[in-house]
Amino acid sequence: MAEQASKSLTETSQSPPLDRLSVGRRLVDLPWWFVGIVIVIVWAGVTIATRPNFNEAFRWIKAGILVTLATSLVAYVLAIGLGLLTGLGRMSRNVFVRNFARMYVEIVRGIPMLVLIFFIALVGLPLVIDMLHSLGEWFASIGLTVLANFLSGLENAAVPMVARAVIALAVTYGAFLAEVFRAGIQSIGRGQMEAARSLGMGYGQAMRHIILPQAIRNILPALGNDFVSMVKDSSLVSLLAVRDMTQISRLYAGSTFRYKEAFITLSVLYLTMTVILSLGVQAFERRLRKHE
Amino acid sequence: MNNEPIIVVKDLSKRFGKVEALNGVSLEVERGKVIVVIGPSGSGKSTLLRCINHLEAPSGGQVWIEGELLTSNQRQINAVRAEIGMVFQLFNLFPHLTVLENVCLAQRVVRKRPRDEAERVGMAQLKRVGIPEKAAAYPGQLSGGQQQRVAIARALAMDPKIMLFDEPTSALDPEMIKEVLDVMLALVKDGMTMLVVSHEMGFARAAADEMIFMDEGKIVERTTPDLLFTKPREERTKLFLSQILQH
Repeated sequence: MAEQASKSLTETSQSPPLDRLSVGRRLVDLPWWFVGIVIVIVWAGVTIATRPNFNEAFRWIKAGILVTLATSLVAYVLAIGLGLLTGLGRMSRNVFVRNFARMYVEIVRGIPMLVLIFFIALVGLPLVIDMLHSLGEWFASIGLTVLANFLSGLENAAVPMVARAVIALAVTYGAFLAEVFRAGIQSIGRGQMEAARSLGMGYGQAMRHIILPQAIRNILPALGNDFVSMVKDSSLVSLLAVRDMTQISRLYAGSTFRYKEAFITLSVLYLTMTVILSLGVQAFERRLRKHE
Repeated sequence: MNNEPIIVVKDLSKRFGKVEALNGVSLEVERGKVIVVIGPSGSGKSTLLRCINHLEAPSGGQVWIEGELLTSNQRQINAVRAEIGMVFQLFNLFPHLTVLENVCLAQRVVRKRPRDEAERVGMAQLKRVGIPEKAAAYPGQLSGGQQQRVAIARALAMDPKIMLFDEPTSALDPEMIKEVLDVMLALVKDGMTMLVVSHEMGFARAAADEMIFMDEGKIVERTTPDLLFTKPREERTKLFLSQILQH
């Protein structure tokens, strides 16, 4: 986009018949905010390359890039599945399913994400494992020893913090994505479902072949934007001591007292990632629109 | 071939909240017959059609298709719907699929036909409605009349025993109505059992074995097109016909 900007800049200066007003308007319409962001990123890159303290901070934090991206990606994939199921559940004719899905969404919406992540990782997961233990005891009492041994063998402490963090993020985003899926599905006219059903397709077949392909196409931009948000919110997992970019920055800053170096580098890293991802989403969106 | 009616509707009613869309409708349709249903908007014509293939679940009464009573059993309803083609006012083609895919999808998913067979049948039906050359196009690239013809081909590709038409031409520009009616007339000639909600009186005169006039969720009058147009028995029918035939 920066290239485009400079190109149209040179073009305007080479075309004399344009009056001053329209040149001025063209200049005003250029994406200067983007130029500004690129300048910030380039400036930070030069600083990291040339100043030893920044360079050291970067080399530390670098180790967390992969953790941040992998955590976000895995959690996001899980959240997509959870969101699709919940979104469909919210429209289910079954009273129990519908209300359960709604309750999940409302609970997640009503609790701050940070608190929810603590809760799921430190309270929710141990609780689930306790329940599985009880289930194991029950299986043992009715003689299903293999299953019982497996369930009793599950240990709370054996679940690493990364896994807890991923589950917590997935559960949180699953609720957001459920609403995205629901909106997407509801944006498809009733006639589509009716036409499919009138041909003898079942509800599931109609969903899979007719409704979801159209719905997902409509919500792809929203899904992309939510992935960008996921990358940012994955910084919360640092509070579970997962060694993502944020956690390493905190460790680095804490041990060297170089807060400025640590958090400027960290911020610019996030910004670079999200800007690149957003551009990807935009390009993708434009391609989709062209195909319509 | 047995002579029992292919569609039997007994004392059918349908309520939407407080509104009685259908109020005790009974109807028998024999194989190969063409019945055109007319009536003012809100008279329950569409609801009657939609109850016959259970797109709306009736509030009361019974629908029998080929001697089989429709229940709320989803599997049974899906099987029955596969035998009943439906054409909608707004076409409802699948916009993300090509014309040929539109015509083939249900054959493959519901009838379990292999791809080559489905495509053969699909192309044959597209020829029947006169647009085989649009097989690779998307619905959005077609005119309304072409879209409706594809929708008819899509229903025919399932080899239905009954075709329901819910105001198939009322969303079309005038110059496109004829091409759709021509396809429907050809179907009549082939002996298809058809239930048509439409105010195309030319079509009714040419094709209908019988006509039904509905009002306020009831069948007011059922007779041949000749008699309906020349000697309607009921006052309400006369009034309605005078309103739509005035111009």
